[in-house]
Amino acid sequence: MRTEAPISRVWAKQIKEEARIWWAKARADDADMRRAQAREMKFGVLQFPGSCDEVDALQAARRVGDAELLWHGERDLRGADAIVVPGGFSYGDYLRAGAIARFAPVMEAVIEFAREGGLVLGICNGFQVLCEAHLLPGALLPNANLRFTFRQVALDVVNPDSAFTKACGYAAHPPRSLSIPAKHSWGRYHADERTLDELESNGQVVLRYSSGENFNGSLRDIAGVQNAAGNVFGLMPHPEHAVDELTGSTDGLCIFESMRLAVEGVRA
Amino acid sequence: MRARVLIRPKAGILDPQGEAVQRALPALGFAGVANVHVGRLVELDVEDPAKLQSMCEKLLANPLVEDYEILIEN
Repeated sequence: MRTEAPISRVWAKQIKEEARIWWAKARADDADMRRAQAREMKFGVLQFPGSCDEVDALQAARRVGDAELLWHGERDLRGADAIVVPGGFSYGDYLRAGAIARFAPVMEAVIEFAREGGLVLGICNGFQVLCEAHLLPGALLPNANLRFTFRQVALDVVNPDSAFTKACGYAAHPPRSLSIPAKHSWGRYHADERTLDELESNGQVVLRYSSGENFNGSLRDIAGVQNAAGNVFGLMPHPEHAVDELTGSTDGLCIFESMRLAVEGVRA
Repeated sequence: MRARVLIRPKAGILDPQGEAVQRALPALGFAGVANVHVGRLVELDVEDPAKLQSMCEKLLANPLVEDYEILIEN
């Protein structure tokens, strides 16, 4: 004789099944959330005809996050959280270094991105491009010695709280000096006296050549400056060439790491 | 219309090229040379010379560090 299962047992089964579905969904939501949180920030590294340091910039950025190249003809930054304008000789440095690159289609997107507060790092030729695009104050002129110079330079971190240097020191250690290579023939930073005073009083001078290291004749030993809003930064030395012990210094890595912290701070 | 744009470093800005030339001339026996500056010359045919100033401000010169002079040939 077959007997009906007691009603309580039917309910128990249903409740168990619902609980199983609920837990599966919760686990899936949780995994989605973890994936979203773990999504690495993405650097977009520009590439102009004549760029030559974009691969090192890409490799350096990949040590702290994701990174992809953006060709100069693109108008879309493809969801990049931060932009690196790399070194090289964009458009052959014709007319003036950076003068032509400033008009590349991708630069329109970068200018828009910067106006909305996005982080933009310009290295060497990238610094020249950002000055020409008026995203940074001042200009870069031929080195005072009129020579292409390549040497390891010591830099003082003048503004350790910048979005580009906050990972370069520790609370217990005052901002240290960074050892980073420089290689350029147009690196003499120039701005008029009033602008220089403003830059200094606003904390926009981020890096200076240490005593005796200013080989290019930059005014007030300026090696790197940021804009007034603090989201656009340019420097002549190359942090992307100083990210592995193999090449003598890893001091450049803290610039990229600082950017990652700044982007994740905004996202959190 | 043929135009020439002369571009030179602004007065007061260190001009190492000018200084190098100024030092080289006496070494070759050319005395009495002062205030040498080295700049760029851009020659162009333009339909509307009124646009030259804007061309200079936007591309041909960097007004932060360079002065420019527009010469129009008749």
